Amino acid sequence: MSLGPYASFIVTSYALVAAVVLLLIVWIIADYRRQQARLKEIEASGITRRSGRSAADIR
Amino acid sequence: MTLTDLANPTKFLALTARILPWLAGVTAVLLAIGLYQSAMAPDDYQQGATVKIMFIHVPNAWLSMFVWGVMSVAALGTLVWRHPLADVAAKAAAPIGAAFTFLALVTGSLWGRPMWGTYWEWDARLTSVLILFLMYLGLMALWRAVEDPSRAARAAAVLTLVGAINIPIIKFSVDWWNTLHQPASVLRVGGSTLDKAFLWPLLVMAIAFSLLFITLHLAAMRNEILRRRVRSLQMMQANRIAFSSEVGTGSREENASKPIGAA
Repeated sequence: MSLGPYASFIVTSYALVAAVVLLLIVWIIADYRRQQARLKEIEASGITRRSGRSAADIR
Repeated sequence: MTLTDLANPTKFLALTARILPWLAGVTAVLLAIGLYQSAMAPDDYQQGATVKIMFIHVPNAWLSMFVWGVMSVAALGTLVWRHPLADVAAKAAAPIGAAFTFLALVTGSLWGRPMWGTYWEWDARLTSVLILFLMYLGLMALWRAVEDPSRAARAAAVLTLVGAINIPIIKFSVDWWNTLHQPASVLRVGGSTLDKAFLWPLLVMAIAFSLLFITLHLAAMRNEILRRRVRSLQMMQANRIAFSSEVGTGSREENASKPIGAA
């Protein structure tokens, strides 16, 4: 597969899309872990939801 | 499970926990197929290999508008039906929509340089998409600036619906004005003008990117629900601390008013 004289434009485009999509995925996973950790921390201090169920239990 | 059950955040979390792994798997497979087809697609007789940029530029451009459409429906859900998950859906979609719009702008620019001889031109299509990107950033800033989520939700919903006027402007800008950007070649009256060798990889990539959006959006919505749970628990914690310090102060004052020896 030859990309011709404009290969740098094509490769940069695909690399950029891959980088931004990966960044989005990593950000969402990191955010999920951060929120779970904060919920567990608060619940460990004795604060629970009115329903009595754990806020971190989302299954 | 009915649609109204999804109004319950706990049920939404349970359902999405089950379907997210499947969605992610199907998205990855479709992306792999789409990328393979894009790599194998022939060169265009005029554009050469740069036509390959189309397979990522067009899905991102479509999604930049589609995500605003999703946010507009969610805005109606916030203002009209007061659906508990409507603002969660809109807020979670905004950064993803901004990312797709950014990618549409940059890949379009990288495609434009070899084909048009310029990275940027202030024509109607490019300018209206840039405005869309700025509106995404503005909405994200609004959600961060207003502390009370319900007030932020209403303000953001109004802004989203006002901004929705930009979507038909983007879509028809190439018909209404004389632009450097080419007119629609896939979604047009009379059918697609693209050859099947380009159309199929493009459609597979468009479906793959749409599934990618749905997967990321559901995951981001789960995060937003958890963030709101954190906020409500933190408020309960703050109330408890304030109440216990009030009780402490009250009992001290009570003791101070009693004669010495009576306490």
